[in-house]
Amino acid sequence: MPETINWTRKDLLGLEELSKEEIELILETADSFKEVSERPVKKVPALRGKTVVNLFFESSTRTRTSFELAAKRLSADVVNIAIQTSSVSKGETFKDTAKNIEAMKIDIIIMRHAASGAPHMLARSVKSSVINAGDGSHEHPTQGLLDIFTIKQKKGKIEGLKVVILGDITHSRVARSNIWGLKKLGAEVTVCGPRTLIPTGIESMGVKTVYSIKEALKDADVVNVLRIQNERQKRGLFPSIREYVNRFGIDRDVLAGAKKGLVIMHPGPINRGVELTTEVADGNNSVILEQVTNGIAVRMAVLYLIAQRKG
Amino acid sequence: MKILVKNGHVIDPANKIDGDFDVLVENGKVREVSRSIKESSEETIDAKGKIVAPGLVDMHTHLREPGREDEETFLTASKAAVKGGFTSMCAMPNTMPPCDNQGVAGFISSEGKRIGLCNIYVIGTITKGRLGEEISEIGELKAAGVVALSDDGSSVVNSAIMRRALEYADMFELPIIAHCEDEALSKDGVMNEGFVSTALGLRGIPAISESTRVAREIELCAMTKGRLHIAHVSTKRSVELIRDAKKRGLNITCETCPHYFTLTDESVKISGFDTNTKMNPPLRTKDDLEEIKKGLMDGTIDCIATDHAPHTEDEKDTDFDSAPFGIIGLETALSLAIMELIDKKVLDWPTLITRMSLSPSQILGLNKGTLSPGSDGDMVIIDPAGKWQVTKGSLESKSKNTPFLGETLKGAAVITITNGKISYRL
Repeated sequence: MPETINWTRKDLLGLEELSKEEIELILETADSFKEVSERPVKKVPALRGKTVVNLFFESSTRTRTSFELAAKRLSADVVNIAIQTSSVSKGETFKDTAKNIEAMKIDIIIMRHAASGAPHMLARSVKSSVINAGDGSHEHPTQGLLDIFTIKQKKGKIEGLKVVILGDITHSRVARSNIWGLKKLGAEVTVCGPRTLIPTGIESMGVKTVYSIKEALKDADVVNVLRIQNERQKRGLFPSIREYVNRFGIDRDVLAGAKKGLVIMHPGPINRGVELTTEVADGNNSVILEQVTNGIAVRMAVLYLIAQRKG
Repeated sequence: MKILVKNGHVIDPANKIDGDFDVLVENGKVREVSRSIKESSEETIDAKGKIVAPGLVDMHTHLREPGREDEETFLTASKAAVKGGFTSMCAMPNTMPPCDNQGVAGFISSEGKRIGLCNIYVIGTITKGRLGEEISEIGELKAAGVVALSDDGSSVVNSAIMRRALEYADMFELPIIAHCEDEALSKDGVMNEGFVSTALGLRGIPAISESTRVAREIELCAMTKGRLHIAHVSTKRSVELIRDAKKRGLNITCETCPHYFTLTDESVKISGFDTNTKMNPPLRTKDDLEEIKKGLMDGTIDCIATDHAPHTEDEKDTDFDSAPFGIIGLETALSLAIMELIDKKVLDWPTLITRMSLSPSQILGLNKGTLSPGSDGDMVIIDPAGKWQVTKGSLESKSKNTPFLGETLKGAAVITITNGKISYRL
């Protein structure tokens, strides 16, 4: 394990508050865990005897499974709890739910919630560590980390790279975690999408805004494509999926105008034919499945560092 | 019953008094203010080193009774008010049932008198049920003693209804207190829209959701010549619009609240999503805060009101999206005004007392806000240097939802006198 700095945080809530060194420590730790998943016996004893709970107040398949596998490959005991927010709001508060779970002596709570800031509030009121697995439109730190890890694996570095985040920036926690993390590591970040889906004041996060996909991609090294939700169209944020696809979808033609070697990422699940054509999603530029593989290593690193922290 | 307050620094802007005087209150009324009063009294208070001022008047208070007695009652709000130096407060009508009829108005009024700690004035709704569809029986409300009309909590969406309300209420010389919010623009928002909301991933309430509605109300005021008062002004643009309207000579007044000149939207972030930083209108930016101070200085903003909005700990102890809007303010308003306005040389004492006592009394036509002989014996003795810590235990309000929990504030009421009787003593 790298020994340059120690991990001291009880919780991982976002990338905004992490230092460059802390992010690098997670990436280096993830690198050393990557081969565990390649072994015939995919298990190390690092978290033996620790109990981890996946507490998901919003549905998720890939993130929850990824965390579960990461914890299991570190030999932790894992419990999955999925709660529909609607039933919680009628009865027990999310804090009560979490505190009841904590009372069963849990070491780490991995939490997803539809409200921005919910894991931050929980982290203040429980002794267990809290890992944010996505809070509202705020942050999704392990997704940001696995995206950065994947970029680094493909490009060998982060510093000086031109990264475009494409699509619905306003409602995306993936966008925010990517921006904070990438900026700290020295990348140039541009956001691109319909103006109605780019939030006020985003420039203050240190990014450039471009409304033309062609202009955004002509010298980009990486594009991280966000999922577009039909619901946004119904709320009047853009006129139609058809127009969105014509203006912001990536197909063969758009790709032809982009810089050679463009790395295409997507946090999933993909709307085939919307954000990306199937040809592009499954093509040589796409690293979407590698992101999924790397997700386990990154989450193992986060779980390991938090469980091993001193003090 | 006589109370003699000696050696205090008396501030009575209505009579341009700003110096060391004695004040004698007898039988519920102010009898005399002069250099040295020698008279036997049941109670003699030495106010050396203290400010003696007319009791503060809050024209925007959510008392929650009837309907939400778990959040606040007339009694707990009265105790909180007098602790904060207020001798009068105005009950906003968004109760359950709403105060849109004589029955509720009479109930609030009589309960205030029965408790007798703090004068409770009644504000009636502009529209029946606060639904924005038909104007309330404003004449009947006036007969029941209401001092103003407001659908606070909601804006009157229908411009024609607002026009008619301004015209009709003018017959009874009742001001219309407008909650200015274009709900199509603020829909689903939970904090000010800007860089902070973007960074936190919280849905924003744009500043123009307030100012566009302020602009409409000003146009209606100009046309109807009605009496318009804008509630809880929070944005720079609103202040500018109101300043212009006043220059044109319109019959318009407005208020702001202590949190809008004390905190910005950064507080949501710094506090780590503390739901006690969530109120409507939301905390705005530094630019807005500076303009609010400027407005208080140049008189564009006539008064400081609390928008005291109690919510239980259970209601607030949830995620930011789900938590209700609102914070309590009766007990912290005076301290915040001293710290942010007096200490930072935004206002002098006579102007502060004007903003917190005289102006609201004049807007509502109350016999308050002055120590003129014959006026009601409402008074507050303030220790401008007295420090106190805001804790759940130190607050009299039934609810504890304030972003200042845990903080040490400076400046406090040491004695409050309501209608010639001591209603609070530190």
